[in-house]
Amino acid sequence: MDLAMRIKKKKSKATMTSISMSLQLRYDRFFKFVFFGSAAAVSLVIFTIILFVAFQGLQTFKEASALDFFINTTWSPPAHYGIFSFIFSSFATTLLALLIGAPLGLAGAIFMAKIAPQWVRDVLRPATDLFVGIPSVVYGWIGMTIFVGIIRDNIGGSGFGVLAAGTVLSVMILPTVISISEDSLRALPQSLEEASYALGANRWQTIRRVLLPAASPGLLAAVILAMARAIGETMAVQMVIGNSPQFPASLVLPTATLTSWIVVEMGNTPFGSTINNALFLMAFTLLGLSMATILLVRVVVRRRMV
Amino acid sequence: MNNRRFGDRLATGLFWLAGAVILGILLFYLIFIFWKGINVLTPHFLLSPPKEVAAGGGVGPELFNTFYILFLSLLFSLPVGLGAGIYLAEYARSNRLTYIVRLSTESLATVPSIVLGLFGMIIFVNAIGLGFTILGGAATLALLNLPVLVRVTEETLRAVPFSYREASLALGATQWQTIRRVILPACFPGLITGVTLVAGRALGESAILIFTAGLSVSRHAFDFNLFVPGETLAVHLWYVNAEALAPDKDAIAAGTSALLVLVVLIFNLAIGLPSRLLQRRLTGNK
Repeated sequence: MDLAMRIKKKKSKATMTSISMSLQLRYDRFFKFVFFGSAAAVSLVIFTIILFVAFQGLQTFKEASALDFFINTTWSPPAHYGIFSFIFSSFATTLLALLIGAPLGLAGAIFMAKIAPQWVRDVLRPATDLFVGIPSVVYGWIGMTIFVGIIRDNIGGSGFGVLAAGTVLSVMILPTVISISEDSLRALPQSLEEASYALGANRWQTIRRVLLPAASPGLLAAVILAMARAIGETMAVQMVIGNSPQFPASLVLPTATLTSWIVVEMGNTPFGSTINNALFLMAFTLLGLSMATILLVRVVVRRRMV
Repeated sequence: MNNRRFGDRLATGLFWLAGAVILGILLFYLIFIFWKGINVLTPHFLLSPPKEVAAGGGVGPELFNTFYILFLSLLFSLPVGLGAGIYLAEYARSNRLTYIVRLSTESLATVPSIVLGLFGMIIFVNAIGLGFTILGGAATLALLNLPVLVRVTEETLRAVPFSYREASLALGATQWQTIRRVILPACFPGLITGVTLVAGRALGESAILIFTAGLSVSRHAFDFNLFVPGETLAVHLWYVNAEALAPDKDAIAAGTSALLVLVVLIFNLAIGLPSRLLQRRLTGNK
């Protein structure tokens, strides 16, 4: 009998009866197994999603060429399954949203992390949480009832288009930008700030020359994740983009994004048809974009570790 | 020197402005939503079924379905999400396997909800052949909740001081006993807050549900049947804007928007506030 077993035996005599002890150990092992099983199940989900969406989407290529699919701007099935207009509109709305939302969100994050007094912070924190709580269809509805009309009256066109969608999205990405950049600003060591002040810099100089560069990987990650959110946003965009499968030659021309066009066409096409499969291929393209975002964030954030 | 001071003042002013603009946008949105929709929220509107072409339809079944589907989706996602979060916080070593679990959870969190919707459609509507059902919608919605639950659970558990675990293990408790008797009670308020966050997001989700739970409601009021289509409030708002023919659809859209935001607000207050009070009592500080 080796030492470990002898100790075990002694222990079991000491306080508990050996039966309840082994029962507890069995519970312990059982729950470890359950928790590991849950973790495994969660990680399997994403692979299953990729597999099924890819399988359904890639059947498009039985009838359409891959080159035509990604490069052609004409969507007129069954002759052409070109989704380039949709890809372009997705990026155009996202870029516009970032142009408005990212600077505002970053400024808000700096304000909340370094400037605002405690009571202002106590108001702004739940306020940014509320932005997340407002459902995307409500954002879309606000866009339809306010922004589209303003754009139509002041800029022209029908009001629907990239401009309206970008404006709606710019507000929707605010919480993402704010919360992640604020966290990364707060995570900076206090000594950086103290050293800068000790050298005679004022607050703005400290923020601009010390804090922003030091937090830049986190700030960049915030913007990238906001971008992912904007590209993937569906309902709000669908309600204000105009839903016309044409290239967005102007900001106020009705068009369609990858997400919004899936919604429009999915209801009208039978499952398994080529045009329906093409929608799944568009979803697969979106999936690829969001995976690329995750990897990009990992690369960006790791740079800070070095 | 003066120039520098001016720059600092200007920057400070601009940052205050940014904060004010952000708060202003939110207030404007909320006031607009309630100003437009609060008059529509009558008992009749809240309880009666929707009408397709005539005026005077309500959102009774939608309101019910919203909570029913939310409840079911939490029922599916809570055990697995909590379990995976506990595994990552308490058991996982830093090896390749843990890296894969983390990466895939993170990836799942960024999948656009429309893609989740299409996935749910392949599985529940077509492969299993259920058609549009409350069950399929709730199960797909659970996928949206999962990664957030995992992250919140892990973060909350990690915030528990390590000395708690050491003390419990030193008393002879097994790891499972430690988790159940010491760690989970200690982070209960945090977990409740996390679940509120998840529920708030799931309440307003529409892209997932359109292609899994469908656009129609059961003719029976408060139908608990899992295998009937179940349109939720958010989906209804979209449908009313996009395709409805009812003459009062603008009012219905405004009322549904106000109701959705109201539900989210009440939900946050009803669950968030007690948990904050509980936390204050348990930890003895703010």
